[in-house]
Amino acid sequence: MSAYKIIDHEYDVVVLGAGGSGLRAAVGLSEAGLKTACVSKVFPTRSHTSAAQGGISAALGNMGEDDWRWHMYDTVKGADWLGDQDSIEYLCKEAPAAVLELEKYGVPFSRTDDGKIYQRPFGGMTKNYGNETVQRTCAAADRTGHAILHTLYGQALKHNTEFFIEYFALDLIMKDGACKGIIAWNLNDGTIHRFKSHTTIIATGGYGKVYYSATSAHTCTGDGNAMALRAGLPLQDMEFVQFHPTGIYGHGTLISEGVRGEGGYLVNSKGERFMERYAPKAKDLASRDVVSRSIAVEINEGRGIGKEQDHVHLHIDHLDPKVIDERLPGISEASKLFANVDVTKEPIPVVPTVHYNMGGIPTNYKAEVLTLNGSEKTVPGLMAIGEAACVSVHGANRLGSNSLIDLVVFGRAAAKRAAELVKPGMKHEEIDKNETDRCLDRFDKLRNSEGSNPTSELRLSMQKTMQSKCAVFRTEKTLKEGVDEIRKPYDGMDSLSVKDKSLIFNTDLVETLEFDNLIRQAITTMDSAYHRKESRGAHAREDFPKRDDENYMQHTLSWCNGSKTKINYRPVHRSTLTNDVQYFPPQERVY
Amino acid sequence: MVQLNLPANSKVEKGQYYKDKTGSKNIRKINIYRWDPSKNENPRLDTYEVDMDNCSSKVLDVLNKIKNEIDPSIAYRRSCAHGVCGSCAMNMNGKNGLACTKSHTELDGDIDIYPLPHLKVLKDLIGDLSTLYKQYESVEPWLKTSKVNDKENIQSKDDRAKLDGLYECIMCACCSTSCPSYWWNGEKYLGPAVLLQAYRWIIDSRDEDRKERLKKVADELKLYRCHTILNCTNACPKGLNPAKAIAEIKKMLATA
Repeated sequence: MSAYKIIDHEYDVVVLGAGGSGLRAAVGLSEAGLKTACVSKVFPTRSHTSAAQGGISAALGNMGEDDWRWHMYDTVKGADWLGDQDSIEYLCKEAPAAVLELEKYGVPFSRTDDGKIYQRPFGGMTKNYGNETVQRTCAAADRTGHAILHTLYGQALKHNTEFFIEYFALDLIMKDGACKGIIAWNLNDGTIHRFKSHTTIIATGGYGKVYYSATSAHTCTGDGNAMALRAGLPLQDMEFVQFHPTGIYGHGTLISEGVRGEGGYLVNSKGERFMERYAPKAKDLASRDVVSRSIAVEINEGRGIGKEQDHVHLHIDHLDPKVIDERLPGISEASKLFANVDVTKEPIPVVPTVHYNMGGIPTNYKAEVLTLNGSEKTVPGLMAIGEAACVSVHGANRLGSNSLIDLVVFGRAAAKRAAELVKPGMKHEEIDKNETDRCLDRFDKLRNSEGSNPTSELRLSMQKTMQSKCAVFRTEKTLKEGVDEIRKPYDGMDSLSVKDKSLIFNTDLVETLEFDNLIRQAITTMDSAYHRKESRGAHAREDFPKRDDENYMQHTLSWCNGSKTKINYRPVHRSTLTNDVQYFPPQERVY
Repeated sequence: MVQLNLPANSKVEKGQYYKDKTGSKNIRKINIYRWDPSKNENPRLDTYEVDMDNCSSKVLDVLNKIKNEIDPSIAYRRSCAHGVCGSCAMNMNGKNGLACTKSHTELDGDIDIYPLPHLKVLKDLIGDLSTLYKQYESVEPWLKTSKVNDKENIQSKDDRAKLDGLYECIMCACCSTSCPSYWWNGEKYLGPAVLLQAYRWIIDSRDEDRKERLKKVADELKLYRCHTILNCTNACPKGLNPAKAIAEIKKMLATA
């Protein structure tokens, strides 16, 4: 592969991805005096963190009494007991300090009358271990992710983080089971870059684009997850895909849960507030999997709205327009643009839409990547954070506003741990040439594909299969069909067509590399779902409607080599991190 | 007589014509600026006939349809597809905007799609924003405060409201690249996008560096190249008003 110009770099730490978690990690690493490179395929403020709307959870208690233990209980319950409680304890305990730190960085949070950070109610967030709604979700109107992302980018600039922007990462460099860096393609000039690093932190986000309809950005292709798979590492709990209850019908644009937090409610074609039937206590603020399933049942039973009876309505037209203007301005704008709806007068047509991946690269609460080799082991030199990681704090279902807090708490934890493991200026080992060749062989082969299947067709076929066979409700039959069908677009790569052969901003090739990443994750998702014969959180099996704690209090681990997967399990951590809180044993989950 | 010459390879030539193959009765012609840095050729305008009966409502949907179904080689940035990431800023029928929020039904006739004006083109619709990003960095977009305790800063609702219309900026550069002053002095004049951000930190009640920040932008070229043309405000796809922010900075300097 000598045809490619390779430029070498040496860094103490490489962060891959520049969204909320990647930037927070980069800031911490720079503060610790480590020479840090932050590599991203898009300019940092284009990252998908910018699309987070409703807020960031932390038991600050600005709007009434709160306790991080209550937050922990809610998260454990929201996760349907699949989360690791040591990690969840860490998340909830560290959350208040992490939000105050963001405020200090300059995030323009909305304010209470006495000038404190404003907090709103959110799904599944309760007082006193499930008793009544609490206001725990800190908000910057309905643009919280945008505000946090831009602020963190500012902090990274302040700390002189070195950015490599519009570099597309191709593969991890592995040696004897340890990560030694990454290889990336510079879209700006077509050169190949080899980054040696003592620690590589994957912060590449989710892979929502395996589905046809998702709130995810076009760039949410889980590149880091696929890099881990190609490095022979497993992904965890991939069957747990969150459908957000309220994506705009027909377009998929997210309508924040904050809308229901501020008093919005759902109705069916009979005008019924149907959530009262499914979640008598929490109603429209039950957790997302519950609300999405309820909507799906309403539609399946013929109470959907519209010509096709295939969606429901979300009302906020009863709210004071001043409240909408102050707290939900982005929603008003999106509804106008994508549904042609004036939210002060009409309801918003919504439908459950793929939104978040609970699954990802398995890590412990220090963000170190885990694998199973006889027993649980860390992978030297590799960390993962944010949506790319599966810590697992979200378990089988993430609570709204727990993702933004996940980004900053574990972004910070990763930086702390890396600073313990790596000392500035440590010497780098030689990298085996085979690793580079293997990576560039794949790159070169895809680039020179002269077959007859355009990437866009294979991608569409993958997305349609995921949408129909691995949706809100799943059965043995649909999943079995899915397991077979999802391999067809993979096999289609044998005769792939890539028209553009250039190296500078070759977006045809970028989309092809992204598809190669997506399809591996689609396969692991489908296979993981097929093998979990119970219902838990976002994984709802019609043929196994009950949770099965005896057999499935376990994380699914899925390796993928080509289109072949290997499934294994590791037990959920059944203890807390400290004695500050007791383990919450599994209970029936009702809202 | 002054003799004016265009630099070599700058004339946009007529490009390829992609005829509809679907047999659609509802065809629209989309003209797209193309330039490939790896070929020593002039830029060209390729024309695509697009079946509008099977196309969603936004210009980005049209572009994606062309890329997916007709010509995968066309290059443009896109990400969130709902107007928050600022990637797909481009010039559509002569006006800057976001392809993902601009409805093609609002545009008359054939649709002409160009990169944002007056940027160095990297490929097709992708412009080089590195100068603008450096200028952004130069206004030090982070909170400067000497408070080191672990409590939050208290900010009144009224003080927080001063940030509305500023912090929402998505840095798409539609405003700056519509500004004739920025076209002319883009290296030195900060331009509306960056000045809006400068003002966002100047006016933040939590920031302790207001005087210094004002001093830093109070410059003939950095700030006063704004001649209130107001293209910026007209171009902003988020409905923000950079011209007003610039005027506020000038006012603060005049009354300081």
